[in-house]
Amino acid sequence: MTSHNASLLLHQEAGILTCQIAGDWHAGEQQPEPLPSVTGGERLQFDCSGLGRWDSSLLARLLPLAESARQAGCVVADDGLPPGLARLLRLALAVPARRQPGNSHEEGILDHVGKVTLAAWQRLPLNLAFLGDLFRSLGRLVLGRARFQRADLLLFAEDAGPRALPIVSLISFLVGTILAYMGAAQLAMLGAQIYIADLVGIGMVREIAALMTGIILAGRTGAAYAAQLGTMQVNEEIDAFRTFGLPVSDFLVLPRFLSLLVMAPLLTLYAGIVGVAAGMLIATTVFDVGAFAYFQQTTKALNLTHFIVGMVKGTVYGALVAIAGCLCGMRCGRSAQAVGEATTAAVVLGILLITISASLLTILFQQLGI
Amino acid sequence: MSPRPTAIEIDSLTLRYGERLIQRDLSFTIAQGDIFIIMGGSGCGKSTLLRHLIGLQTPAAGSVRFAGVDLWQTDDSTRQAMQRRFGVLFQSGALWSSLTLSENIMLPMTEIGGFRAADARELAAVKLALVGLAGFEDFYPSEISGGMKKRAALARAMALDPDILFFDEPSAGLDPLSSAHLDELILELRDSLGATIVIVTHELASIFAIGDNAVFLDAETRTMIALGDPKTLRHSGPEGVRNFLGRGKM
Ligand SMILES: Nc1ncnc2c1ncn2[C@@H]1O[C@H](COP(=O)(O)OP(=O)(O)O)[C@@H](O)[C@H]1O
Ligand SMILES: [Mg+2]
Repeated sequence: MTSHNASLLLHQEAGILTCQIAGDWHAGEQQPEPLPSVTGGERLQFDCSGLGRWDSSLLARLLPLAESARQAGCVVADDGLPPGLARLLRLALAVPARRQPGNSHEEGILDHVGKVTLAAWQRLPLNLAFLGDLFRSLGRLVLGRARFQRADLLLFAEDAGPRALPIVSLISFLVGTILAYMGAAQLAMLGAQIYIADLVGIGMVREIAALMTGIILAGRTGAAYAAQLGTMQVNEEIDAFRTFGLPVSDFLVLPRFLSLLVMAPLLTLYAGIVGVAAGMLIATTVFDVGAFAYFQQTTKALNLTHFIVGMVKGTVYGALVAIAGCLCGMRCGRSAQAVGEATTAAVVLGILLITISASLLTILFQQLGI
Repeated sequence: MSPRPTAIEIDSLTLRYGERLIQRDLSFTIAQGDIFIIMGGSGCGKSTLLRHLIGLQTPAAGSVRFAGVDLWQTDDSTRQAMQRRFGVLFQSGALWSSLTLSENIMLPMTEIGGFRAADARELAAVKLALVGLAGFEDFYPSEISGGMKKRAALARAMALDPDILFFDEPSAGLDPLSSAHLDELILELRDSLGATIVIVTHELASIFAIGDNAVFLDAETRTMIALGDPKTLRHSGPEGVRNFLGRGKM
């Protein structure tokens, strides 16, 4: 069967508008330009003598025409249309289009920047309220009056800590290796390979173990927290907590926060030890340093302060990751899309907070001479 | 019938999402022991109104008073105390997904009601039996169907024997038989507990079977266009409301 090109024409004769429709109409094929909207006239009628096959693409062309005609006070006579099409047109016109305010999606870059800034500003009180609630929960915890399920705490702690061991091991091992190689290449020129131990030991234990652990936790645990709480928000589960008068921050935020607070420093310690072991492996196998000498040099270089500094950093990063994850989850919108955005935001915010606090802490410890 | 005391008083309430007006100038009262229906086309703001009544969203203007106390002009602890007298069935059920059905009902009982765990477990089993879910105590919400979730959520809403129950489309997603059963259950609850019940629903059968009074929210004009007994509104309400209530017979 051959297909005739679709065509659409509008004649006007003494107040009577006639819309001539011809050819075959198929969505996705070449179609005539839309007709200008009707601004006057008494009657809009249709002539379909040349019309072949049609689908909703024809309806899409006719709808704005009929709507504008109706608005201009012109009667739409659909008896010239095939019965099915007339019914569809009547159905589509039955409820007048409602223009909802505040839903325009066209905006310039300045509009966008303004909106984002304004939104961040408007969220500020909410964010502060979240922190306030968390601190109150911590206060209640200290007084032994916080209400949450101990079983939750164990579950979250297990997930944040032991289950993160494989990835933490892998990353610290690789970072320890890189550090040893890079340092050794320079130190070997001076014949001072033994100082790899100092470099790797202090570097890992004091700074890098905490940083790597923090970033892993942000991507693994912080994102999970945001997704869990965001989904609970979508399902109205958090609203259900509120209407029962159950303190949301005790039940949902506190166990997550505490498990990271406890697990982050332990993971940091572990990551430091793995990093040092990796450095030792490289130094002994590639750069001819004796294993015992390396060990001795490491113990000479490291003191308790380095471990404490590292673990303090790890704790701070863990707390920040938990706050970022829970905050983004709690302020999540009510759709699947919003959960995705909350998860992304949790990771980005977590890493941002880690980086900022890393520099602040480094300056602080420097000033304190630790 | 002697006039009953007022349970909820809504005065010039305006609902907004940011700049966007959802409903304005809502004023009506709900009598104690009434089954009060909130109806209207989808998207007109019924759930939003409900969220304002239960203290989840702050009104842009106007007030919501329970026994004379303004929910939004009082301090947090009073508001929480007021909320504890509510039972809420959310549109999506909102069961806590990490807890079993039995634990879902026990949690408010032990944490808010001060029950011992063993008593709470026993009572939870009774409430589940009331909604036809005996034997499902140890199932997780993800392991049961949509209609069953609604019923379990109803059992949870009744956990603390509330004075006022709020239901958001309780029968959506239920087959007609379960839906009729739910209506009976709601009537039973009102008669046995003397609870006031506020229901958002589209279900004509329920509206006429159990509704004492109703408010109709209009999406077009963004305010209420009718208030009264649904059986009366069906004949003498404004056109939009008559169409809505008469749709079964078109
Ligand atoms: N979180 C939100 N932010 C902005 N608009 C919303 C939000 N939730 C609902 N709305 C809008 O408010 C209107 C009323 O929604 P709702 O109360 O859920 O309607 P319904 O009467 O169907 O329960 C809808 O038009 C919806 O688009
Ligand atoms: Mg709704």
